[in-house]
Amino acid sequence: MTRKATAFTALAGLLLLIGADLIGAPLNPYQAPPAFAFGSGQVASGGFCGALPN
Amino acid sequence: MNTAILERQAASGGIARRSALILAALAAVAALALFGGARYGFMLAIGLGFGIALEGLRFGFAGPWRAMIVRREPAGILAQLLAIALVSIVAIPAISSHPGELTGAQAPIGFAMVGGAFVFGAAMQVVMGCGSGTLVNAGSGNPIGLLALPFFAIGSFFGAYGLIWWTNLGALPILTLRGTSGLAVTLVLLALVAATVFFLGKRGSRSLPRRYVIAALVLAALAIANLLVAGQPWGVVYGLGLWVAKGVNGMGFDLTQSAFYAAPGSITRVKESLLTDYTSLTDIGLIAGAFGVAAWRQGGLSQKLPSYPARAWAATIIAGFLLGYSSRLAFGCNVGAFFSGISTGSLHGWVWFAAAFAGAYLGIWLRPRLGLEARA
Repeated sequence: MTRKATAFTALAGLLLLIGADLIGAPLNPYQAPPAFAFGSGQVASGGFCGALPN
Repeated sequence: MNTAILERQAASGGIARRSALILAALAAVAALALFGGARYGFMLAIGLGFGIALEGLRFGFAGPWRAMIVRREPAGILAQLLAIALVSIVAIPAISSHPGELTGAQAPIGFAMVGGAFVFGAAMQVVMGCGSGTLVNAGSGNPIGLLALPFFAIGSFFGAYGLIWWTNLGALPILTLRGTSGLAVTLVLLALVAATVFFLGKRGSRSLPRRYVIAALVLAALAIANLLVAGQPWGVVYGLGLWVAKGVNGMGFDLTQSAFYAAPGSITRVKESLLTDYTSLTDIGLIAGAFGVAAWRQGGLSQKLPSYPARAWAATIIAGFLLGYSSRLAFGCNVGAFFSGISTGSLHGWVWFAAAFAGAYLGIWLRPRLGLEARA
């Protein structure tokens, strides 16, 4: 067996994850934030490993 | 004659494969920008850039630390410090001048944080992959990385689940270096660490190879772009835990028993698409970008998989889980705490570095004993 099998397994897992997520939580471009946070005037609210939840 | 024809066929096959890879990446970014929003498309592109840079330039975090500890080769760590310094020059003033819009990787120093960083440092040397490294390794077909990744994600979920309990064991307030003076202190500290590593390094291995300089410059540019686009620094482990949390929530389990997942911000993110979560997008990009580089390289995916004893696979599962769990307690991995913490002025990044580097000695001692490499 070569790395082709493991690399494609990783890619397939990723695609499955994204596909399953899109079924449960579809995207909505009309709720999209401005392209850049910098200069947007909006408070950053993304999840981050260094932050406690708010 | 036959050889020439075969070479021409191989070359045209390579061009077709590489064209398909470029088209697939562009199509994915464009589709996300169109159907999700421009910011998310940019974040996926940045994540792909991280994956391409780390795999393409064969650069990372765990390997250089091992090289310094085992062989006294400081070049990799010097390149990491260079990248952090470059990011800090932009990030610390930008966060000070745009409070709220931009946030740093700022977290409290505490007992669990220090212990978590130590365990993470050990575990990353066992599997030879940190936060970003495990994703890149999985994407490029490394079987250890591929097996470690799901357990990393599960560990990250459970670490976040109990994070508040661990933090309540005792932690200082969040301490940050801000503004011009904060930047100056950060740069002086980075210079002092670089000088220490340089002088402890073996003669003849102290100069930075061109590949490392390029890697430092590219990583710094991408990390700055990450901050300006998302409003937060580059991170890895939050996204992995979120993937599991979404799955657990989808199966009907109640996450509100956890103080972390009961928080309004967490509830929102568990419900929303992971394609709108910045850390998830860069994580996806890391895996896909590394896959792209491995598929791009001639023979990149045709290497035979190595053989490991059963205890090595068991160790990988345990170490993968510990990577995820400990990095949540430590408020980040090499990326979120060390790279982004220090470059955005958080003192917890420095404490994380010291604790994880100490843990790396344990991991290096453990690795051959767990069957993950031949004993010297």
